[in-house]
Amino acid sequence: MKFQLPETDLIYSGHPACPGCGAALALRFALKALGTKVMLVMPACCAVVITGPYPTTCMKVPVFHTAFATAAAVASGLKHGLEAKGDYETTVVGWAGDGGTYDIGFQALSGAVDRNEDFIYVCYDNEGYMNTGIQKSSATPWKAWTGTTPYGKDMPKKDMMEILAAHRIPYAANASVGFPDDLIRKIKKAMSIRGSKFIHILAPCPPGWKSSDHLTVKLARLAVDTKIFPLYEVEAGWNYTINRVPKGLPVEEYLKLQGRYSHLSEQEMRDIQQQVDWEWELLLKKAGMNSG
Amino acid sequence: MNMLLTGDHAVAYGVKLVKVEVIAAYPITPQTPIYEKLSDLTISGELNARMIRVESEQSAMAACMGASLAGARVFTATASQGLAMMHELLHFAAGDRLPIVMVNVNRSIAAPWSFWSDQTDSLSQRDTGWVQIYSENNQEALDNLIQAYRVAEEVLLPVMVVIEAFLISHTTEPVEMPDPQQVDRYLPPYSGQYRLDVNDPRTIGSTTTQEQYREFRYKMQRDMETVKGVVEKADREFKEIFNRGYGLVEEYQCHDAQMVLVTSGTIAGTARDVVDELRGKGKSVGLVKIRLFRPFPGERIRQALSGASKIAVLDRNVSLGHGGIFCQEVKAALANVVGHAPVFGFLAGVGGCDVSPALLEEVVEYMEKHTQPKEDYIWVR
Repeated sequence: MKFQLPETDLIYSGHPACPGCGAALALRFALKALGTKVMLVMPACCAVVITGPYPTTCMKVPVFHTAFATAAAVASGLKHGLEAKGDYETTVVGWAGDGGTYDIGFQALSGAVDRNEDFIYVCYDNEGYMNTGIQKSSATPWKAWTGTTPYGKDMPKKDMMEILAAHRIPYAANASVGFPDDLIRKIKKAMSIRGSKFIHILAPCPPGWKSSDHLTVKLARLAVDTKIFPLYEVEAGWNYTINRVPKGLPVEEYLKLQGRYSHLSEQEMRDIQQQVDWEWELLLKKAGMNSG
Repeated sequence: MNMLLTGDHAVAYGVKLVKVEVIAAYPITPQTPIYEKLSDLTISGELNARMIRVESEQSAMAACMGASLAGARVFTATASQGLAMMHELLHFAAGDRLPIVMVNVNRSIAAPWSFWSDQTDSLSQRDTGWVQIYSENNQEALDNLIQAYRVAEEVLLPVMVVIEAFLISHTTEPVEMPDPQQVDRYLPPYSGQYRLDVNDPRTIGSTTTQEQYREFRYKMQRDMETVKGVVEKADREFKEIFNRGYGLVEEYQCHDAQMVLVTSGTIAGTARDVVDELRGKGKSVGLVKIRLFRPFPGERIRQALSGASKIAVLDRNVSLGHGGIFCQEVKAALANVVGHAPVFGFLAGVGGCDVSPALLEEVVEYMEKHTQPKEDYIWVR
């Protein structure tokens, strides 16, 4: 089935994102769903660079650039401030990378969703501190090379979706820039729900992943179809829905296109496959499905 | 109307009077009675404000920033460790020109843990671009808070009103409660003219070049200089309506005084009594109380000290390695005055130790006995 993207763009072209930037795609797709009655709060992350240096901006909606750890807290205050002034319509979005979500901004995010603040928090996940030149975050996967894990990361990627689901927030969803139809649907769904919504978007990063810049969309799709990054959503912290049945491609198809994994041994490749299969079985159980 | 109130509750009633719209806070002793009283006032409907009960002081200031960006009048309060945790956001709030008002209750900063009055917490935030006003008693805590919104919203810089742990926060005093309608007349609603607006989308806080950054700082510094005039005007107009005013600095018995005590906060109240006492004994003593610390009213202080032959600065704080902070600032203000009086720096009341009238009399005796201070700073203990 062919999906027609909404034509209106609320981000101008000519912005300074790297060629093949997944984060810029995530922003462009999300804004197509969000529309113009939206305000974005961005902590330190690639998106701050992408929006452009002062006094320019590529954004056609209001954006506030804040301190690294504070996107969720500023978004909380902004929503309350708007409502205090009688504006109950504008959607407030925290727009952060994985460092600003998984690591330094995590406390503020946990606090805000615990209060069930009425905002959408988007984590565009490029699996590392890419804006500062590729360092490890807790979103970096096991064995992935970064500048601070020169022999590969020794711990697995933190499961942020489960952590957010455990807060019993109204809505949490995984999305990928390789599936814009699913991504846009999820943003729109989030806009229709009151309370805290978390959208986790996989956003490949050619310089950080050492991948070719024309492969961003392919990688974003392979991550889903290898079951490494399944598309699913969780309502109220317990109601799991898998949105796409992956093709079940071997993880090697995905990993071999990325230089950050070029050092993997055959055994490590098998270990990753085993771990991914195990996680997938777990997700199926949560969704009340059988592997069949 | 007179009420018997602790300093913390006086602050909370002040927040009600100025009709704050959004409050974000995190509890810390000795700020908690402010937070709890504001919870009572908002839940009972006496104050129509939203209360965001955040999970840290960093988020308290961040949430205030967000609400201020929406054009709301906001408030938070903290102390000590909480203020230190906010540090990064203090720079942000000032750099983004957000008229946030915060009360900081001076409390000793760890380690070791301690809970008593010490100004080092707020004074170590002196370079963040916040206006700082120090309060002597509960009435001033309330009045300074009301005036702070006038100042913040006129110059678009955040203001910190400073009160002291327990000596003000938990001490009950009679407080003259301003008439709400007169407060409305004094403080119009906040216009929020630079708020985020979906109909006029702008990106705030983008990256800048060296020159652009310098120009932002230049403008902040230029506007900081205007704050002295704005604080004076806000205080003068406050006095016209409420019959109370405080100035940037207060001079008490200074005009002919040979020995002048310079201090701030609660010590000033004790010092005023000591000046009266010593004047009764024929000693030529005066007092300068510094109310506005940032921007520093150097010109006013030079004027106030122009006739003194000896100056003693009493600091309830310490910048480790360089003594009392008010003393440093006073010395710097006098640096280019040829032949100015010697400045004795006394570290008195650090950690909340009691600064008694007897202790202040010892300070004066020390000045009488010495033509010059023997050390850059003298521990009083």
